[in-house]
Amino acid sequence: MPGALAYAEIRDGAVSRASREAAGLARRIAVGVGGEAHVVALGPPGTETAAAQLAGFGADRVYVGESEALALCQPDIAAAAIARLVEAGDYDAVIFAATSQGRDIAPRVGARLGRSVASEVIECRREDGAIVVRRPMYAGKAIATLRFTPGPAVMTIRANVFAPAGEGAAGAVSSLDLEGLEGRVRTAALEQGDRDRLDVSEATTIVSGGRGMQGPEHWLLLEALVEALGDEAALGASRAVVDAGWRPHGEQVGQTGKTVSPNLYFAVGISGAIQHLAGMRTAKVIVAINRDADAPIFGVADYGLVGDVFEVLPALTEAVREARRGA
Amino acid sequence: MNTIVCMKRVPDSATRVRVTPDGAGLDPAGVKYVVNPYDEFALEDAIRRKEEAGEGKVTVVALGPPETAESIRQALAMGADEGVLLVCAGSHDALSVAGALADEIRGRDVDLVLFGKQAIDDDNMQVPQMVAEFLGLPCATVVVGLEIAGRDATARREVEGGHEVVEFSLPAVVSTQKGLNEPRYPSLKGIMAAKRKPLEEREVILEAPTIEFLRLDEPPAPAAGRIVGEGVDAVPELVRALRDEAGVL
Ligand SMILES: Cc1cc2nc3c(=O)[nH]c(=O)nc-3n(C[C@H](O)[C@H](O)[C@H](O)COP(=O)(O)OP(=O)(O)OC[C@H]3O[C@@H](n4cnc5c(N)ncnc54)[C@H](O)[C@@H]3O)c2cc1C
Ligand SMILES: Nc1ncnc2c1ncn2[C@@H]1O[C@H](COP(=O)(O)O)[C@@H](O)[C@H]1O
Repeated sequence: MPGALAYAEIRDGAVSRASREAAGLARRIAVGVGGEAHVVALGPPGTETAAAQLAGFGADRVYVGESEALALCQPDIAAAAIARLVEAGDYDAVIFAATSQGRDIAPRVGARLGRSVASEVIECRREDGAIVVRRPMYAGKAIATLRFTPGPAVMTIRANVFAPAGEGAAGAVSSLDLEGLEGRVRTAALEQGDRDRLDVSEATTIVSGGRGMQGPEHWLLLEALVEALGDEAALGASRAVVDAGWRPHGEQVGQTGKTVSPNLYFAVGISGAIQHLAGMRTAKVIVAINRDADAPIFGVADYGLVGDVFEVLPALTEAVREARRGA
Repeated sequence: MNTIVCMKRVPDSATRVRVTPDGAGLDPAGVKYVVNPYDEFALEDAIRRKEEAGEGKVTVVALGPPETAESIRQALAMGADEGVLLVCAGSHDALSVAGALADEIRGRDVDLVLFGKQAIDDDNMQVPQMVAEFLGLPCATVVVGLEIAGRDATARREVEGGHEVVEFSLPAVVSTQKGLNEPRYPSLKGIMAAKRKPLEEREVILEAPTIEFLRLDEPPAPAAGRIVGEGVDAVPELVRALRDEAGVL
């Protein structure tokens, strides 16, 4: 029976939201042809507990591969295990979230299977049986439409575009044999900065500051707004402030930074240069705060507020806190 | 140490992307081409390593239309020793390109194969990983730090919220990210020297991909937004709109 397979990333003992989106798409693709949605999770002993959540998210079957060597992601072991699973199964699609892991593993799986890979997919449908996808190119300045030939359609999907798998009937959990799989690279350490703070690429709400913030000491104002917006919010930055050394490169949004697609994006004191827009124009709702009514950012903003950031931010933070408390 | 740098010629990031009316691809009119910016980090790394060691060879391999030779000359002007151009017009799927690059690299005496993390035209982030699989080599992607001691390498990769440290031995594939180094500009002397460096050109035929390109479109123009107002007085209206109209609070 044809079906679809999603790769689940387990982080800190829980299934990441991005993986639930991959599982959700697998479900949708499988249901269309009366097939099954499967999920594969890999990690150190104990992964099964986290992966079992996925059965509750509507996966018909969850494959769990556990090994001490997988305490940190070993992409070539993951690729080999997934390719083996795909070869033994009958999958129309193999779906990864477009995260560091997904981007690293998917092309290796493609190469092993002799299948092309579509990166950062933003639309996926079936057309006369074939899987057709759309994906941005040229930093989002154009969208390509591509059709897979018969066989597994290997893809990574952009975060926050596809609906995550909802609660569903629990499926079966089977263990995956990792016997004989060896990595050519050893992941020795993971150095995470401030793990209390969500990475900009994972957030559903982003507050980005630009040169209009006038200096790094004023970021307290943006941090307060992030705080008010809740756990799924994170800080972003324009390149101008990263180049000035006000903020770390990891926060940069744009062509040479990260591409984000949150539900809500605040551009605060950011002019809206084309290279910045390349990283955030697919955000669902864009809010711009800028004292220059002619700033190009207002051309892409759903809601614009013309004003001085130092006056507007404290009031906005307070109002957001209020509104969310009421919600 | 022998290093191969895989380099792509791409439209400049400032290019105003226009799609041909039939959706067949990018309208080439007025497009300026450059060395893919991420590949410059790879080139710089290879050249520095060679300079520091006082020995070794840096070979640039690029697959593309005949004009790609110009970009290879640029890499030679930066300090690479020789170039190989696999001539092949049109744009291609990553798997096919990776197959051709792997065929070119296989059998060569090489210690390190460097790539940019991503080509800024197709934004695939696939070719390095695929080449590594085809060649059966270790691979570290999105690398911002690379230390090599003898045959042992340690790389720092950029991942969500931090860095990952990976270890592997040479020969290996590495894809580079901004932060690894500051690429140099070619010197006048380098530009002169580049003219005499070997550049081999060969036609290649790519394997058929398992994905078909149907069309390219410009993204929909953003729906006209609105200015909710000016200054602090507009804050309540902004928050109301975000909560009640957009439903995002
Ligand atoms: C190859 C290349 C790649 C690039 N990649 C990126 C990238 O990835 N990401 C990126 O962001 N940029 C990138 N850039 C840079 C980009 O072109 C812009 O220079 C940059 O985005 C500008 O940052 P900014 O908006 O913070 O600063 P500015 O353009 O200086 O804008 C500051 C804004 O703040 C407003 N302002 C000032 N004071 C106040 C105040 N008190 N209250 C309210 N508003 C105020 C001003 O009106 C202005 O609009 C790239 C450029 C190149 C050439
Ligand atoms: N046609 C090509 N010729 C040579 N190298 C390429 C080519 N396409 C991609 N690459 C290399 O692979 C990297 C990643 O490209 P991509 O996977 O297309 O995003 C680039 O930064 C280049 O180093």
